[in-house]
Amino acid sequence: MFQVDVDYLKKAKKRREYAPTVISIVLALAGVVSALPIVYLVVTAFKPAEELFLYPPRFYVKNPTFKNFSDLVSITANTMVPFTRYLFNTIIITAVYMFALIVVGTLACYPLSKHRFPGGNALFKLVTNALLIISGAAAIPSYIIITGLHLDNTYLVYIIPGLANCTCMFLLKQFLDQVPDTIFEAGKIDGASEWQLYTKIALPLLRNAQATCVILTFPGIWGDTATSTTYIYDEQLRTFAFFMSTLQGGLARTGANAAASLIMTLPSIIVFVVSQSSVMDTMAHSGIK
Amino acid sequence: MSKKNRKNVDQAGTAPETNEVTRSDGKKQKDYTKSYFRYTLHEMWTHRMSYVMIAPFFICFIVFALLPLIASAVLSFFYFDSLSWPQFRFWDNYIYLFVEDSLFLKAFSNTLYYAVIVGPVSYIASYFFAWFINQVPKRLKPIYTLAFYAPSLCSGIAMSVVWLVVFANDSQGYINSLLLNAGLITEPIQFLQSVQWIMPVIIIVALWSSLGAGFLSFVAGFTNVDKELYDAAMVDGITSRFQRLIYIDIPQTMPQLLFSAVLTITGSFTVGALSQTLVGHPSPEDAGLTVMLHLSDYAGQRFEVGYASAIAVVLSVIVLGIGRLAFRLLSDKG
Repeated sequence: MFQVDVDYLKKAKKRREYAPTVISIVLALAGVVSALPIVYLVVTAFKPAEELFLYPPRFYVKNPTFKNFSDLVSITANTMVPFTRYLFNTIIITAVYMFALIVVGTLACYPLSKHRFPGGNALFKLVTNALLIISGAAAIPSYIIITGLHLDNTYLVYIIPGLANCTCMFLLKQFLDQVPDTIFEAGKIDGASEWQLYTKIALPLLRNAQATCVILTFPGIWGDTATSTTYIYDEQLRTFAFFMSTLQGGLARTGANAAASLIMTLPSIIVFVVSQSSVMDTMAHSGIK
Repeated sequence: MSKKNRKNVDQAGTAPETNEVTRSDGKKQKDYTKSYFRYTLHEMWTHRMSYVMIAPFFICFIVFALLPLIASAVLSFFYFDSLSWPQFRFWDNYIYLFVEDSLFLKAFSNTLYYAVIVGPVSYIASYFFAWFINQVPKRLKPIYTLAFYAPSLCSGIAMSVVWLVVFANDSQGYINSLLLNAGLITEPIQFLQSVQWIMPVIIIVALWSSLGAGFLSFVAGFTNVDKELYDAAMVDGITSRFQRLIYIDIPQTMPQLLFSAVLTITGSFTVGALSQTLVGHPSPEDAGLTVMLHLSDYAGQRFEVGYASAIAVVLSVIVLGIGRLAFRLLSDKG
């Protein structure tokens, strides 16, 4: 009897030996396939003109150059609005949007998670179901509302309509649900007001979830071109992404094009790398129960 | 506790029969526990701070998400060119949509083709790659997570510079050049022009960038699974990874499965911009036309807002229906 058990364990051990190898190989291959186009984008951005149109095409770059980036600057030198203005717009818009999104989202998630008030659960259920709303479906009524509120042709149009982000709100609330109520009760006994409970307890505890909201919304707002084309008539108020999209097209500029794309993509990846551990911590609570 | 004592406690716990209660300062006050309506009002007043806090979010939500959606649903019964006053048309938009508009059928079948492949494949791929990542050494996890998640951080427009070269129609294209050199084809395939290749190319590019928030949610969800469950299962005779997946991992990550399903469903039915950047709009023989592009045609180009709204309503109902089905299947609350 004892002998059989040992055999069984030996077999079990043997069987488990090759599984990690298979998993590593599959992951490594798939990871390379997944990362390859981005690597290619980086490589292309540094290719000199004579390497861009080689036949047969070559993946790697032999003589890396910054010419594509300097081309980009020289192309933009003749435009009416200097490209630094577009960049400034995008940075301001992104920063203000992120700040406002987090303030609005955390403010709303705290009572929904920790207060029992009439309608609270119904409202959260509404948010959960709103995850299924197709944002582009009601474009014209949105347009009428936004222009009716005179938000068009201002910086506000980039920020306000996107503040009610249901995915972020959902993640924030699920994350706060994991925090025991007793912390807040203790705060209340110590005489803290609701506002203090929010700023002193909820906000610091939600730091990881805030990072997640940033990474989920950052690519969208950083790369937003639709708002610029739809609601902004003043060239001075348009975004960097819009400017980049006007440059694209025309094979002669493939190099500069890749450089522009790289500039557009890199910030999102950097933000993700920086905040990855916080994001993972929040996502652990992302489930809909 | 004796029977007598318990009876006393019960009596003390019941509310007095009058409609008024005596406050601590001796004054009489309406008893809010008597009328549900009054009780609700009272509760709302005591929680007024909660309403103030959720107000900014829900005002934005109602004004910029819910109201347009309702307006869209109402407008779908009207003829509206966004200039003159809407004219009531009842079912006309819907009848035209289902009976006469052959382009809608084309757009819908393309979208369905896309959704049926990209939805399930990306969902399952997200789950399995996350499951694999969970089993590699801890220090490698962030690298793999980044490698798989990075594509979804790149917008379609930014990556078009890559895809247009990879799938280029002439022999300069990477795939054509590879196939030509391997001797599999004699002349380059028109990936971005020929009708039978347009949707597959869009689907391939979409799959590449489809490991998004749902994938992250899975990766994180797996780290949450209690490791003691594995030991307990081992005692019960569950030794293989596959058995652990079926009996432990999937049930334990059910909430993440639902969250990710919701994101996948909405994502796979709203394809549009990607098709536009890859094959242009209008595409050759409308082979890359999707419902979202068809909708924006009517809303933005032809100013037939009522009809565009009808398209939006049909799409929303489909997404909502499938989404509710996912809730029914994957949630214990429904």
